Amino acid sequence: MGTVTSNVEVPVGVSLPIYMDNHATSPLDPRVLEAMMPYFTSKFGNAASRNHSFGWEAEQAVETAREQIAKLIGATSKEIIFTSGATESNNLAIKGIAEMYRERGNHIITQVTEHKAVLDTCKRLEKYGYRVTYLPVKADGLIDMEDLRRAMDDKTILVSIMAANNEIGVLQPIREIGKLCHEKGVIFHTDAVQAVGKVPVNVIADNIDVLSLSGHKVYGPKGVGALYVRRRNPRVQIAAQIDGGGHERGMRSGTLNVPGIVGLGKACEIAREEMDSEAAYLRGLRDRLKTKLESELDYVHVNGSMEHRLPGNLNMSFVYVEGESLLMGINDIAVSSGSACTSATLEPSYVLKALGLGDDVAHSSIRFGLGRFNTQAEVDYVADKVIDIVKKLRELSPLYEMVKEGIDLTKIQWAAH
Amino acid sequence: MAYSDKVIDHYNNPRNVGQLDKASTEVGTGLVGAPECGDVMRLQIRVNSETQVIEEAKFKTFGCGSAIASSSLATEWIKGRTVEDALAIKNTDIVKELSLPPVKIHCSVLAEDAIRAAIGDWKKKNSVAETANAAAVAH
Repeated sequence: MGTVTSNVEVPVGVSLPIYMDNHATSPLDPRVLEAMMPYFTSKFGNAASRNHSFGWEAEQAVETAREQIAKLIGATSKEIIFTSGATESNNLAIKGIAEMYRERGNHIITQVTEHKAVLDTCKRLEKYGYRVTYLPVKADGLIDMEDLRRAMDDKTILVSIMAANNEIGVLQPIREIGKLCHEKGVIFHTDAVQAVGKVPVNVIADNIDVLSLSGHKVYGPKGVGALYVRRRNPRVQIAAQIDGGGHERGMRSGTLNVPGIVGLGKACEIAREEMDSEAAYLRGLRDRLKTKLESELDYVHVNGSMEHRLPGNLNMSFVYVEGESLLMGINDIAVSSGSACTSATLEPSYVLKALGLGDDVAHSSIRFGLGRFNTQAEVDYVADKVIDIVKKLRELSPLYEMVKEGIDLTKIQWAAH
Repeated sequence: MAYSDKVIDHYNNPRNVGQLDKASTEVGTGLVGAPECGDVMRLQIRVNSETQVIEEAKFKTFGCGSAIASSSLATEWIKGRTVEDALAIKNTDIVKELSLPPVKIHCSVLAEDAIRAAIGDWKKKNSVAETANAAAVAH
């Protein structure tokens, strides 16, 4: 029996390791870095300093960034609040709305495949007497609009549903969700971290009241994010969760991270200009990867809707091969797995389980996150390498052998451990 | 997670991969773990009925690199031993040899279970009395 080591040739122009995990974080665009640099050195002022040119210069840069971000999502610059990242944005949005609208009601609706920054925030609110409905998702990863409609009652104050999922890349029907929320007078928050800059998001057309976004998912810097808070029709109010100097119209105190904010602004400007062509490019690469894998391997399974999906996302299960062992074999490629063995908790991905997939399929999943700087040559290498290692690991897999012999694995009495 | 050199070596060059004839009376088969748990090991032994020496051992494993390495190592260790000697192998020996981190100890436990299950199967086929500790145990 052969070895698991691969001898797939590295094409000219491809340097290893290859980064294909852009949902986790994205590399900083050099144009963004260039815009940021002066704000680390000569233009170091505090944007809150009102009485000298250093402060004015910083404040001007922050206002420019606010406009760049607002423009990308169809908002006005006064509706943008800067934060340390999307986790803070989600916390601020959900806790801030829950606190502000407590008199009106205590019911919040979210769904099961949200990021932990939303789910754990909601869980904390449950301890404080809020009632939270966690909507299920269908097999394709999307919520059922009827479920949402039924879950709403006269105590519902907030619906928080993500625009795009970080694992399977599926796009929730935010426009319809927002429309329903507005009909019912309920605030709609969306965690749009993975969607902003990748697919069109417009707070007016999509009926969004509050939106979280992050710098480092859009080729900007880490440690900076923003929250859009609607000012008209309806005007949304948020109770501050960090007390201090009253920055950001009192909603988020703390000295502004000026270089980070400048970077986030620049990243949003680039995204707005290049999103259409980039989406087409990434969709092409993603479909090429998918086609190659599907043509060479049996028992592969795409997780989540292909129709309603981020252009750069492919989440696939290579059934009968365990995800971590596959990652080990393709260790010159950076991707992630829904396998329990790759998580701190030893639990397989709750997102994949929510789709109704068995744990065994979740254990076999790989998330490919294609981004701006990936090339076709890289995709070809990744496909060849994954195919090679999956085939070798299946030679090693008792499950693959049994299935090939016609044994029904579900009929076996496994000793769960 | 960083893997030890020995885990990487067994992963890259797994020893004794394959299958033996399950129907043969000389062969004992242990199938342990569960697909939902992310690891399944099948370990098989061919035993010389006169000497009770394990003359051949084969495995296939669905699982992480540490699970593959644990079962690969197990086949290496049991080959040439008598069944009673093989039963003396403890999961802690495997942990030590492969420098497994705490989160991977269950891989070594599964490998020990696989050895016991294979020997148990062979004993059952050959009507050898089960020693108290030889039964395959789910954990």
